[in-house]
Amino acid sequence: MKKWLQVSRPVNPRAKLILGILSFVLPVALWCLVSYAPAIWHPQVLITDPGSVSYLQPGMRMDRSAFDGAAADAQAAHMPLPTGVPSNPIYLPAPDEVARAFYTSFTTAPETRDGQWLHESLWHSIQIIFWGFVISSVIGVPLGVLSGAYAPVARLTEPFIEFFRYLPAPAFGALAVAILGIYDGPKIAIIVIGTLFQQVLIIANTTRKLDGALVEAALTLGAKNSQLLRSVVIPAILPDLYRDQRILLGWAWTYLIIAELIGTTSGITFFITQQARFQHFANVYAAIAMIGILGLGMDMILALIGRQIFPWDRGLVKTA
Amino acid sequence: MNQIVSPLQTLPSYLDQSASVRARFERLKQRETILEVRHLEKVFQQNGHETVALHDINFSTYRREFLCVIGASGCGKSTLARIIAGLEEKSGGEVLLENRPVDGPGTDRGMVFQGYTLFPWLTVKKNVMFGPQANGHSRLEAERQALQWLALVGLEKFADAYPHQLSGGMKQRVAIVRALANQPRILLMDEPFGALDAQTRCRMQSHLLEIWRQIDITIVFITHDLEEAIFLADRILVLSPHPGQVQELIEVPVPRPRSAAQIVSPEFLATKTRLEELIYSAPHEDEGDSYPPMIRLADVHDSVE
Repeated sequence: MKKWLQVSRPVNPRAKLILGILSFVLPVALWCLVSYAPAIWHPQVLITDPGSVSYLQPGMRMDRSAFDGAAADAQAAHMPLPTGVPSNPIYLPAPDEVARAFYTSFTTAPETRDGQWLHESLWHSIQIIFWGFVISSVIGVPLGVLSGAYAPVARLTEPFIEFFRYLPAPAFGALAVAILGIYDGPKIAIIVIGTLFQQVLIIANTTRKLDGALVEAALTLGAKNSQLLRSVVIPAILPDLYRDQRILLGWAWTYLIIAELIGTTSGITFFITQQARFQHFANVYAAIAMIGILGLGMDMILALIGRQIFPWDRGLVKTA
Repeated sequence: MNQIVSPLQTLPSYLDQSASVRARFERLKQRETILEVRHLEKVFQQNGHETVALHDINFSTYRREFLCVIGASGCGKSTLARIIAGLEEKSGGEVLLENRPVDGPGTDRGMVFQGYTLFPWLTVKKNVMFGPQANGHSRLEAERQALQWLALVGLEKFADAYPHQLSGGMKQRVAIVRALANQPRILLMDEPFGALDAQTRCRMQSHLLEIWRQIDITIVFITHDLEEAIFLADRILVLSPHPGQVQELIEVPVPRPRSAAQIVSPEFLATKTRLEELIYSAPHEDEGDSYPPMIRLADVHDSVE
């Protein structure tokens, strides 16, 4: 144990893999335990046979104390007893139900005529994220690099950005609808507002951390101002900038649900709210998990690409 | 028995020069002056305080001279190199390169830094091509030159390697030819071998002398290593700290070509003794006045000496 918990001690590759798997297995195991061991929690009873109790129906869930009361009443009246199995509340489906929902939610037709299939919803959400992130980056990356490289630019922009980043993006929802309508415009705008200001500050900071000796070396080699930015500053920070962008993309995903609630609810959010309304909670969990899988998957692909396009970067070796 | 110590008793003066060494210096001083520093002043402003880093520095170097600048820490030797390179503003005086005042960094002055400042995203070849390309040479021309320079230091095989794949000594060799690729008039070197291990440093010193012999370059080499300075330099500029000013400009009496065996020669030892006098007699202000007397914590009878 002493060997394991030592500050800054690296973990060997096998242990790393095992720990990585455990980090997913442990929460799922806990969920299984709560779902499949009737002794643990299960505060409700799922009615299998209403017996003589008129207000019960098969498939109904009720609190255990209420069920016990009904059963006691029936016993006192010498009538057939209701039967049921201990169950969890409907908002906590078992892992197998959610696993099944992963498949069935794709094969189930939309419940309403104007509804979308799940894959259409997901695709719509991905497009919102994509455009929000692209627009934010087109403004944020150059502004961040310039702020980091040139102190006057930083002094001019950063105080306002520092102020603005404390404003919660959803607060601009109503405004965005008024300006951009009710469809995708305001949703993309919310993601831009949520991402852009952090992006400028983070990238400016990354640019500022650039090793000054590299700039000085370039100066003594005859590089001039714009050349310095183009052929030293930008290539030098590129791997870190790429890492920042990966983190910021994750950030953009967390704004997705709020963004999609603005104006007409759309995308995966529409699917989730719709399924919750019909109490198909397994589908809700599956959809939420899908967002996580999409986000994590995309980040892993980007990390892989990063390793390919920056073969000289040592930072990735350290963090990987 | 004690061959290294015995010459110390009868050391010649560091001012004594053999006829050939004197003749060499005569020839050196016949050459045109490349760099001239006149009444150079540098004052740092810090939280309202003024710290004088350099005060009234005067010296000049001749074409193809190897000048070492040496001094205790805090004597401003790095600052001097950075001012000559144009990376730092001077507070007063003049720095003239071939009679033209220095203003900002320029390709007439190459610089090699102590840290590894190769661009990690560029291959070795492209690192060397950086200077020529920044100064308007075509890619092909720059590449041709880079390969030539790499051949000079025996690194043509590593042209397509990235800096992180090289050893410390190799990195500094690339850094040197990267600076030389612009064909500067002088090469400033700020403790370039400070981060290398002793063996590699020795090899690099000989290698640097070899390079210096082959091309028309004047070298200003900053170091705090006395032996390194004597081994490399024609003349040594000794700076004293707080504020940094010129203590002496020593003509090294050790004949050329230099070899590692000369480290125990009388001229070498005499020069080293003189440098030690100059540098270590000065009080070390930044380390406190002196070390405190020690209290014995081990058993009285348990002596290690």
